[in-house]
Amino acid sequence: MSETDNDLRELYQDMILDHGKRPRNFHVIDPADCEAVGHNPLCGDKLVLFLRVGEDGRIADAAFQGTGCAISVASASMMTEMLKGKTAAEAKKLWAYFEAVCKSNATPADMTEGLAEDDIDRLQALSGVRHYPVRVKCATLAWRTLESALDPKAVKKVATE
Amino acid sequence: MAGLELKKDFPVFGQKIHGHPLVYLDSGASAQKPRHVIDALTRFYETDYANIHRGVHDLSMRATDAYDRARGVVQKFIGAAHEDEIIFTRGATESINLVAATWGHENLREGDEIVLTQLEHHANIVPWQMLRAQTGCVLRVVPIQSNGDVLLEDVLAALNAKTKLVSVAHVSNALGTVLPVEEIIKAAHDKGIPVLLDGSQAVSHRSVDVQKLDADFYVFSGHKIYGPTGIGVLYGKRAILRDMPPYQGGGDMIASVTFEETIYQEPPMRFEAGTPPIAQVVGLAAALDYVSSIGMDKIAAHEDALLAYATQVIGEMKGVRLIGTAPRKAGILSFVMDGIHPHDIGTILDSHGIAIRAGHHCAQPAMEALGLAATVRASLGLYNDEADINALAVGLFKVQGIFG
Ligand SMILES: Cc1ncc(COP(=O)(O)O)c(C=O)c1O
Repeated sequence: MSETDNDLRELYQDMILDHGKRPRNFHVIDPADCEAVGHNPLCGDKLVLFLRVGEDGRIADAAFQGTGCAISVASASMMTEMLKGKTAAEAKKLWAYFEAVCKSNATPADMTEGLAEDDIDRLQALSGVRHYPVRVKCATLAWRTLESALDPKAVKKVATE
Repeated sequence: MAGLELKKDFPVFGQKIHGHPLVYLDSGASAQKPRHVIDALTRFYETDYANIHRGVHDLSMRATDAYDRARGVVQKFIGAAHEDEIIFTRGATESINLVAATWGHENLREGDEIVLTQLEHHANIVPWQMLRAQTGCVLRVVPIQSNGDVLLEDVLAALNAKTKLVSVAHVSNALGTVLPVEEIIKAAHDKGIPVLLDGSQAVSHRSVDVQKLDADFYVFSGHKIYGPTGIGVLYGKRAILRDMPPYQGGGDMIASVTFEETIYQEPPMRFEAGTPPIAQVVGLAAALDYVSSIGMDKIAAHEDALLAYATQVIGEMKGVRLIGTAPRKAGILSFVMDGIHPHDIGTILDSHGIAIRAGHHCAQPAMEALGLAATVRASLGLYNDEADINALAVGLFKVQGIFG
């Protein structure tokens, strides 16, 4: 099998295809405490992210709506699963780690400190996009949208271009 | 069906992409360059290059000759009556912007109307919106059918006493629809309305005769017809160009300058301020010489047959839906697949050496009208053959295999 075939299989592994086809938390939360729209003008992908924050300041519920490729939908689906129970700081830490693995497979060990093994596995599953630079934007759309959802001052519309 | 067997003229096909022979189905975005054009550019830079219209020295005269000769090549290629009706621009985009900024600014007032269609490329939408912001003119948009066709009657219905310009694609870049431009022009002229045709996706697929069409403006880009980037053409009827104010100010577009008064050159120089893309103009002429040596009618017949073949092979695949099935089409096969996003299709096809475009093709209003965010677009060039279409079909089966 060629390197290209390997890369392709890594990108479109079962977990991603499954989340891409049957996204979890694919619905509206109404009312939501935070809402943000992400947009990838290059391909027209759009997603809306909804968050509900509990009394304890942790994300109690996360869901999304939108259209996109398998990579962006899977990424959003897995992200919403991971977010439940996390604080904003913990969510940002996951995003920092994910951003790093999308660029290189040599991630500094201290970035994984305090992250759940399960979360690391999921983010690793998506990191196959690093072989496809134009697709990194698809994988990170949901996370960039989250970043703006969590920033009270930001305009709640994220374009990745 | 015998191909034209022209891949050998294009050095790019000498390589493998991810270990596979290159299957290039993205000529609608930009066409590959034949050896003839690459050699013409090299030769020009190596032997004849200098600035034009300025020098008394040998090189400058040679460069000027090559530049001026190119204008005649373009004139003949599109059947213009006069050489001075050919203006060199950076591309179709700049050509349309030039018309909007000069002719449009001079002739449109608040409430005047410009007729476009829903399938226009953003390059034939945004310059008019900018003009609208400046003048208060109105953009009237002709709807498309669900098969991507534009009906003459819908265009006619959009014309009225306030219409000052019809600006439409000759061929749609997103869907391949060939518009009924002859009839549109006749109908518009009956009402005294000039017509601009965006020929970006037409000139490489069809022989175009601007006089027979009676187009008032015709625009295209060099890079989509096997020439260099950075060079485009604006054709305008002599009588219209003569009355148009200049576009940019600078060298080469003036007859004389004092600080009190500047006298502008006649067209085309009036619209070509500054040092133009000289080598690119020479390269464009080489590209037009190349396609002319094959024959536009032969290219059209070949591509039409190949498009018919592709329409059948890809259109009959389970889970594939063709987008844009107008009765008259050229060079472009757009489609979607059940449950699989065009972007994913594009990545998987690329891993098999197949280059297509996935997205909205700079025609978001057309996509929206069809209820789609994106399509896969396979666009043909003269080098494509049945084997390319077969490779695409196999690639799509592999896509379906992965998404199973
Ligand atoms: C129909 C149409 N019009 C205009 C353009 C703009 O051409 P360019 O980007 O070369 O200026 C294109 C290119 O994609 C096109 O397909």
